[in-house]
Amino acid sequence: MRIIDIKLVGLALCMGLFFVQCVDDDDNGNVIEQATCDDGIQNGDEEGIDCGGSCVPCFEGLDFSGTYTQQDIMGRPGINTVFSGSDDVKNNFNTSVVSDRASFQPIFQATLEAYHDVYGAALGVSLDYEPNILGLDAATFTTVLAQFDALQVAPNAPTTYYDGTNVLTGRNLSDDVIDISLTLMFGGTDGTRFDGNNGTPQLTSDGVGPGDRDFNLPFPYLETPVMQ
Amino acid sequence: MKKKKIYLLFGSFGLLMLLVTLIAADHIDSPSVANTSVDIADFFAFEGDNPDNTVFVATMQGPLTPGAVTENAIFDEDVLVEFNIDKTGDFVEDLVIQAIRRDSIMYFFGPSVVDPADAGLNSKIYVDDFVGQVEISGTDETITASANGMTFFAGPRRDPFYFDFNQFNQVVSGNAAPEGFLPPAQASDFFINLNVLAVSVEVPNSMLGDAPPHVAGAVGIDGLPNAYNVWVTTKRKQ
Repeated sequence: MRIIDIKLVGLALCMGLFFVQCVDDDDNGNVIEQATCDDGIQNGDEEGIDCGGSCVPCFEGLDFSGTYTQQDIMGRPGINTVFSGSDDVKNNFNTSVVSDRASFQPIFQATLEAYHDVYGAALGVSLDYEPNILGLDAATFTTVLAQFDALQVAPNAPTTYYDGTNVLTGRNLSDDVIDISLTLMFGGTDGTRFDGNNGTPQLTSDGVGPGDRDFNLPFPYLETPVMQ
Repeated sequence: MKKKKIYLLFGSFGLLMLLVTLIAADHIDSPSVANTSVDIADFFAFEGDNPDNTVFVATMQGPLTPGAVTENAIFDEDVLVEFNIDKTGDFVEDLVIQAIRRDSIMYFFGPSVVDPADAGLNSKIYVDDFVGQVEISGTDETITASANGMTFFAGPRRDPFYFDFNQFNQVVSGNAAPEGFLPPAQASDFFINLNVLAVSVEVPNSMLGDAPPHVAGAVGIDGLPNAYNVWVTTKRKQ
């Protein structure tokens, strides 16, 4: 017991010296500095030295090292799925960068025309893509799709894929991107080329809306999952 | 001639039948990522409830059926979700916001300035740019967290995407000719009761900076407001 007592006394003395030393170091005209995340000591609500609480998390034991390599990519809705055509092209698209997609444009254009060919064949007439409501011919339209495949999102304007007034300023959860895309593909110059009226096929709307989904929720703006 | 026409017709069908895989906004869009933890289902970018903020949402691993499949779906610790922001109009990312799971927490980094030499297919995590974290929500809860002006979420959600996928398959294969898509009363939303894993982050526009002239100007469509070009990637640890 005595030995332990002596050790405790020694420890107490050492601690005392330590704290005295600290006080000396920290004595800067009696100015008490607030805890910060880069002062080299654990203070404030920190869980470690300068980490945890309101500082960066204590990454001890967490490994964020290494190199991560692209597997999938998405800008606008439906681009790769609708226009790439073959499995190989889809895989290549997903492992390409947005700024290097010129080789995909002719593939996309061929697919766009193929969609029209199939319907023309089924109807027994010859069908070609016509410039769409944005005034884009097949080459330009597929260039936009292939080489500029990103959502445009405007920080200082209402965001929407298309709401009748604004266009390509973002993509809301509620936007009917399928009808918009179909209209751009099959709607022709006025958007009504194949809208199901006057004996035409309905190719500009899939007929479904958001149904009973709630798009007016606060962050994260998405509904809880359907569980039954 | 007739044979040739038939051949061409079937050739077109063949091409289009290849398209007839489970197609959605990006849901299961290619064989190499389908049904894996890197598969991006969808991507949204829109103004937040606070109009000074932009929200990025990536949905993944869809479609998840209700029940056990959704309960058991988890984010992969080896998969980095990266929101890319081009601020100059060259479609090379200038900023990234990264998210990755460790245990029950989704960690967020950024917006990080990307050196042009570091842009592209390979990324490292900008650990020094850690900005916040959030506990991953379960199926019956919504856990969000805010830090440094940004707000975070990760967890299962109802798929917001709506589409008559089955009729689309009929349309592109020619089987729905000549009617095409169905009237609203008959159309059916394939995704109405399906789920996804979602990562959401809301960021003040002041943290993103100025946006470039809208890319539509490059094809003669003028008058659109300045806009960032944004996309999402998943990247797997090598």
